[in-house]
Amino acid sequence: MGRKLLLEHAHVEGIDSYEVYRKHGGYRSVEKALKNMTPDEVVEEVKKSGLRGRGGAGFPTGLKWSFLAKPEGVPRYLLCNADESEPGTFKDRFLMEKIPHLLIEGMITSSYALGANTSYIYIRGEYSWIVKILEKAIAEAYAAGWLGKNILGKGYDLDLYVNPGAGAYICGEETALIESLEGKRGNPRIKPPFPAVKGLWQCPTVVNNVETIAAVVPIINDGGEEYAKLGIGKSTGTKLISACGNINKPGVYEIELGVTVEQFLYSDEWCGGIKNGKQLKALVAGGSSVPILPHFLVTKNIRGEQRLMTYESLADGGFESGTMLGSGGFIVYDEDQCIVRNTWNFTRFYHHESCGQCSPCREGTGWMEHVLWRLENGQGKMSDIDLLADVAKKIEGNTICPLGDAAAWPVNSAIRHFREEFEWHVREPKTCMERNYGLVKEPEMYVQG
Amino acid sequence: MHAVTSNGTPFKFSDAALAEVQGLMKKYPDDRQKSAILRALHIAQEENQGWLSVPAMDHVAEVLSITPIEVYEVASFYSMYNLEPVGRYVLEFCHTGPCAIEGAEQLIEYTKLKLGIGKNQTTADGLFTIKEVECLGACGYAPMMQVGQYYHEHLTEEKIDRFINDCRAGKIDKGTWKMH
Repeated sequence: MGRKLLLEHAHVEGIDSYEVYRKHGGYRSVEKALKNMTPDEVVEEVKKSGLRGRGGAGFPTGLKWSFLAKPEGVPRYLLCNADESEPGTFKDRFLMEKIPHLLIEGMITSSYALGANTSYIYIRGEYSWIVKILEKAIAEAYAAGWLGKNILGKGYDLDLYVNPGAGAYICGEETALIESLEGKRGNPRIKPPFPAVKGLWQCPTVVNNVETIAAVVPIINDGGEEYAKLGIGKSTGTKLISACGNINKPGVYEIELGVTVEQFLYSDEWCGGIKNGKQLKALVAGGSSVPILPHFLVTKNIRGEQRLMTYESLADGGFESGTMLGSGGFIVYDEDQCIVRNTWNFTRFYHHESCGQCSPCREGTGWMEHVLWRLENGQGKMSDIDLLADVAKKIEGNTICPLGDAAAWPVNSAIRHFREEFEWHVREPKTCMERNYGLVKEPEMYVQG
Repeated sequence: MHAVTSNGTPFKFSDAALAEVQGLMKKYPDDRQKSAILRALHIAQEENQGWLSVPAMDHVAEVLSITPIEVYEVASFYSMYNLEPVGRYVLEFCHTGPCAIEGAEQLIEYTKLKLGIGKNQTTADGLFTIKEVECLGACGYAPMMQVGQYYHEHLTEEKIDRFINDCRAGKIDKGTWKMH
């Protein structure tokens, strides 16, 4: 079970309207912040909460906020990253569709904390119907006096706008998002300077994910310490997980961080187990970019301990035997899926989405796609497997933005854990066109005594 | 990446669209009206039979007071802009991982055979174009295709048949792109 902080009222009839949202306690955090707290006190609460960026990187939000430069007479901006495009991730969409005012409320409270007087929600262009949902909610918030001039008579002004993108995964990277919002191609910027110093129109800027901004609402309502009581260690609070793939109950779930992976995957409250009575083959725990785990490393770590849905537990074992919580895009593969084909598919995605600025990513993703395609189609050589690993290694860490790493990790990890399946594609070029490999064997060293 | 093509008939925003774009420009600080470009291009595409011709892009440049090249470089970067003419209904199939394991590739093949066209091609009657696109954030409701502003989720061959029939019968509401 566990408490829900974001989706508690998501299924209340009419919660997308201002009246119903307000009746269920909506906009209390704005009242509390503007009437009883200084902006710095709001930042302090967020620091105390231990909230970490929910877009994928997991960077502490309060710390990010405290880096914001505050030069006299220069506007500051809060940008909400609603460009959700990481394969496997559809949680922000759910939140914005169901309970749009939660995001608007979070934007107001957060903008107040940062001293921003104009804020933008940058949403992927394909979510065009959600643009309408958000703009309706914003209009209602203006009409009720939560946006505009002199909010609650406290002398604080805020304008909030929605800015749709036009189809580019890379715009989820914060500096690419800023470039795109400036009306340019989404080419990531070299850091430093960081957005906190020079962001939108060279002004200090904070970019936060939808879920991160929404989480500020319960944090201010109940206090940072209350929020931090949920979860385990440095993984505080709740997290939205979007579950998909070969499971009985795909969907968006709000979990308290610390639920075991086994519970999340097999209990009827969440994924409900593998579909059609099949066996688990692999898991991509946090969106397509994170390392893929073979079945024997999913519910337990390499020491045989229960793996938990936390930043630390999923990362336990590093890239050798762990993965990342990432965006919460939880993709489950059953025994019938082909890891080579899936890796090719993801690599095609990154090749398509590479902005083209950095040669290792622009060229490397194309070569990886090419080599994976020939392996998948029974035309590969044994040396292709090491060639792939070599190309992936040369992309990793050698690009301006993390898209290069995001493209390299799925390939590195697939070869690391599923090498026998890759080799089988070379050895059995005809058979691999007719059927898939099945489960990989658990290496001796992983078997617990 | 697409190339910018030079064909296309003259283009001007309708009065309503021009007013909308001018309203959008006010959402950004003075001299930052270029930020309205992505949405202005969406509107131009909507008013230009679903694609961005050079005259359409030049008009957007004029309205935003920027140079045409600034518009071309943006229009050629983002995947939602079509730089070639398209059919009245653009069937955009997601074929990324989670949709692929739920059978997206088979549905795309089915539709190509049914309509007798390949990807990025348009049927002779000008009604349908097939596009293969990357993850649209519907992974839990896979497979899916987007047509206009509407996501057709849990997609099946039967749903595709019904949708195509409805399009041919003129029964698709362009406001919502939903089936009646």
